[in-house]
This record gives sequence, structure tokens and C-alpha cells, in this order.
Amino acid sequence: MNISLIIIFMFLILALYLGINARKGKDMNMQQFAVGGRGFGTLFVFLLVAGEVYTTFTFLGGSGWAYSKGAAVYYVPTYICLAYVLSYWLVPKIWKYAKEHSVISQPDYFASKYNSRSMGIIVAILGSMALVPYIVIQIKGLGIIVSEASYGAISPVVASFIGAIAVTTYVIISGIHGSAWTAVIKDIMILVVVVFLGIYIPIHYFGGIQPMFESVQSVKPEMLTLSNQGLSISWFISTVLLNAVGFYLLPHSFSVVLSANGEKTLRKNAITLPLYTLLLLFVFFIGFTAVVQIPGLQGAEGDLSLLRLAIETFDPWVIGIVGAAGLLTALVPASVMLMSASVGLTKSFYNAIVPKATEKQQLIASKLFLIGISSVALIFTITGGEALAILNIMSYSLISQLAPALFFSFPKNNLINKYGAITGIVAGVFIVLYATIFNVKIATFFPNVPHVINDISTGAIALLINTVVTLVVSIFTKNMDINKKQMSDIEASNY
Amino acid sequence: MKYIKILLWVPFIGLLGFLSFANKIEPYVLGMPFLLFWIVFWMVLSSVILTIVYRFDPDNKGSDPE
Repeated sequence: MNISLIIIFMFLILALYLGINARKGKDMNMQQFAVGGRGFGTLFVFLLVAGEVYTTFTFLGGSGWAYSKGAAVYYVPTYICLAYVLSYWLVPKIWKYAKEHSVISQPDYFASKYNSRSMGIIVAILGSMALVPYIVIQIKGLGIIVSEASYGAISPVVASFIGAIAVTTYVIISGIHGSAWTAVIKDIMILVVVVFLGIYIPIHYFGGIQPMFESVQSVKPEMLTLSNQGLSISWFISTVLLNAVGFYLLPHSFSVVLSANGEKTLRKNAITLPLYTLLLLFVFFIGFTAVVQIPGLQGAEGDLSLLRLAIETFDPWVIGIVGAAGLLTALVPASVMLMSASVGLTKSFYNAIVPKATEKQQLIASKLFLIGISSVALIFTITGGEALAILNIMSYSLISQLAPALFFSFPKNNLINKYGAITGIVAGVFIVLYATIFNVKIATFFPNVPHVINDISTGAIALLINTVVTLVVSIFTKNMDINKKQMSDIEASNY
Repeated sequence: MKYIKILLWVPFIGLLGFLSFANKIEPYVLGMPFLLFWIVFWMVLSSVILTIVYRFDPDNKGSDPE
């Protein structure tokens, strides 16, 4: 075992220790486990939401996509920034309703809004589905970090195993409390590491940020703007909008919203979070430096670029620190995600089957779901070969299908009903899965369609169709509801 | 100031509405290619806009636990 691995494992142990400690003195009931008793102030909510900005995805995937696709990677800070702008208006509404109806998970929320248990179950399943690619990202990222830091001694597959086990143990022990404390260390570390690497590396190789971009421009000028087709402007706009809408619909972000102690806390967070996202710039600087310095990584290998470049530049102990920061950026978000997925499944699925389950049984069930989900994620990690950014978009395409059901539910008179909402969601998810599995674009059906339209992301098209289906089915079944009501009114008046 | 939240649309328009204009390498601003600068500029401005909205939003008058 080399010095880099020793440092990384020391941080793993520290994170586990903090997780165990955070639990002491707190009664672990379901509400504590899931939303920290709804008592988190501005700082904790900030750190947990910001956890989204610095997952392994942004760290490795951000530099990876800058390396392999160039300017298309700007979609990441753009959608995150707009998600925060949107959140100012959006999340206090969710929080308020959740508090008034003691809702502690996303499926609960939808079940309560639409007064339908099936709705809750569908949301729970979709939430876990959408989180799987995201958890795969974290485990894959952990695998990359551990195996690169071992200088090849540990294979990525073994490293992914270690990662999956570490994450699962960590969440089972501590619930969301552990995440909040480890989040503090994680954010400080990643901040220092990213800023340092992002400034030092371009200066070390090129003497500055602008000279670095200029040499990228001389080697591959097409990397610095959006292309005319493929990852074009229309791809960019549709993906950004889709992800911005999906951001707070991801079950783990939703949980974090519920764990806030007030609406103002959430609004205040919206102000500072866009600035925090700026730190992604430094990640891009590293990725663009790698374009010139270590060319030749193909496809998904782009995700290795940050670590490969760091290894070429620094001593092993620095790699240890970088790896440890990476480890925490995987551990914290993965634990929040695993938790919200498992709590969601417990609250809707398990409680539907076993309505009289005790608090203790629910806790056990949610931990079993947790192990189940991380096992599925591990299998996908080992078998799949996609770049991290593709997994990120996949996740958002799925979860954004909840948007019509959410947005229509805000006004007092909901325009749509549960039949419409459920059919819409199912249609949207089906389109996303079909298009992803069979690699279908609009041009597959309409070969003459202009690029502007063909480049629109699949998720956005699915969302559009979803909305139409939702509305049509709602209008259609509205009369059905009224008929039923009239029938029962007539029956009632007969007696 | 009931309609102050309308300002929340501005970042969307700024970031996504002018891409065909901003999609170029030169001029470099603050060491960054123009497209990157444009996005960074609007991220900072988003924060400023949110501060203004927060300040004037009547919803924030009530007391909340801190």
C-alpha cells in the first residue's frame, strides 16, 4: 500500500467515525433518520444542497467532459445556477406543504397532493430509478479514485466494491446526520483541492489561465465553443432547462429541502449557491489543461483526466489528498441519495404492503432497501461503460418526468388529476428508457428534421409528451370523476 | 413589490437566450474564452438578482427560526 492509498483510507475511517459519533445522543426514529427532525439551519442546508455541486460527478465528470467534449460541459454550472434561481420560488412551496402535512419523503408528498397511494408508489420507484445512475456515478468515481491513486495496484472493479461497501456501511450507521458533518469536512477539502489544482496546473504548464486557453485554441479550437450539431446550442438549452427543473425533484435534493427549518432558510440559500457553483470553473481549467498535456484518453476514459494529470504533476502524497477529497465528494452525496431512495421506498411501498408496521420495522425495511439499491448500483457500475456526464443526464431525464405533476399541484385548483399525472409520468419514463436503450433520436423517425430540433435532449422531448398526455388524460377522466360523483349523489339522494 | 419574483426570469433569459451571440472564443475576457466568460458573468449576476428579490420580497417579512 502506497502513501496515497494510506491517506485515502485514513479519511474513510475518519468519515465513518464522524458518522457514528453524529448519531450519539439522538433518538433515531424515522423522522430523525430521514430529515434530521426538520431542524437544519441555513449553513447545514447550504452544505447539503451544495453537496450536489461537488459530487464526484463535477470533480471527475466535469473535468472529464471538458477534456473530451469541451464547451458542452458548461451545461453543468448553467443548469445548477438556474436550478437555484428557480428554487427561490419553488422550494419554499414544497417545504410549506410538507410541514403542514408532516410529509418526510418525496413519494409521501405526491401521494398526499394527489390523495393516491399508487401515485406515491410510482414516485418512489421512479425516484430510485433516477438515483441509480447517480449512485453509479459516485461508486464509479470512487473506483476511479482508488485505482488511480493505487497507481494500478487495485483494479477499478475491486475499487468499486470497496466504494460501494464503504458508502452503504456509512449510511446505515449514521442516516442524514452523518452526512451533514462529513459534508463540512468534504466542502473545505474539495474547495482547497479544486482551487489549488485549478490555478496551479495551468500556471505550471502554460504560465496562466489565458495562455492555457490559447494553446487549447491552437490545438483544438472547436473545444471552446458549442458545435453546430450534436452537442449544439439547442442541445445545451434543452438539457439545461431539463436539469434545472429536475434538480430539486431528485429525491435527495427533495429530502434536503424538507430538512430545512424554515422557508427563509431556503430562500437565503438560493442567493449564495450560484456563487458557490463558480468553483466549477477551476475544475474546467484542469480538464482543458489536460486536453493539451495528456491527449489520447478515449471516450469514458476522459473521466480519468484530472487524476492522470495530477499524477503526472505531483508527488504521491498530494495524490492522496486529492483522492481523499474525491472520496468524500462521493461518500456524502451517495449517502444522501441512498437514504432518500430507501426512505421513499419504505414509506410508500413497504407501508402499502404492511400498513401496521412499527417504527422499528420501518427502519429495518429502509436499511434493507438501502442495501438492495447499492447492490444494483454496483452491478451497473461494473457492467456499464458510459462517461459520468451521460449518466448524469440520464438521471435527470428520468426524474424530470415528475415536473408536470409537481407544477400543476401548486395552484389551489389543480388542473390535472391522478390519472393524468400517472399516465403522463409513465409515458415520459417509457420514452426516456426506450430512447436510451435503443439509442433513438428524432431523426430516426423523421430523417429530414433539422439539427436544431434533432439535438433537443431526449428527456426534454419526453417531458413535452408527458405534459400533453397528462393534460389530455386529465381532461378526459375529469368527466369520469364527475360522473362517479353524480352517481353517488344520485344514489345518496335515493335513500 | 408583489411582483418582484418576475425578476427571477432574467437569469434564464441571460444564460440561455443569447447563446448564438455568446458562442465565440474571442474576445478573451478575464483570461476566459468569451462563451465561458458570458456564463460566469450571468452566474454572478444571478446571485445579485436573487439578493434584490430577497430584499424586496414581502414573503420574507415574517419571522422564521434562524
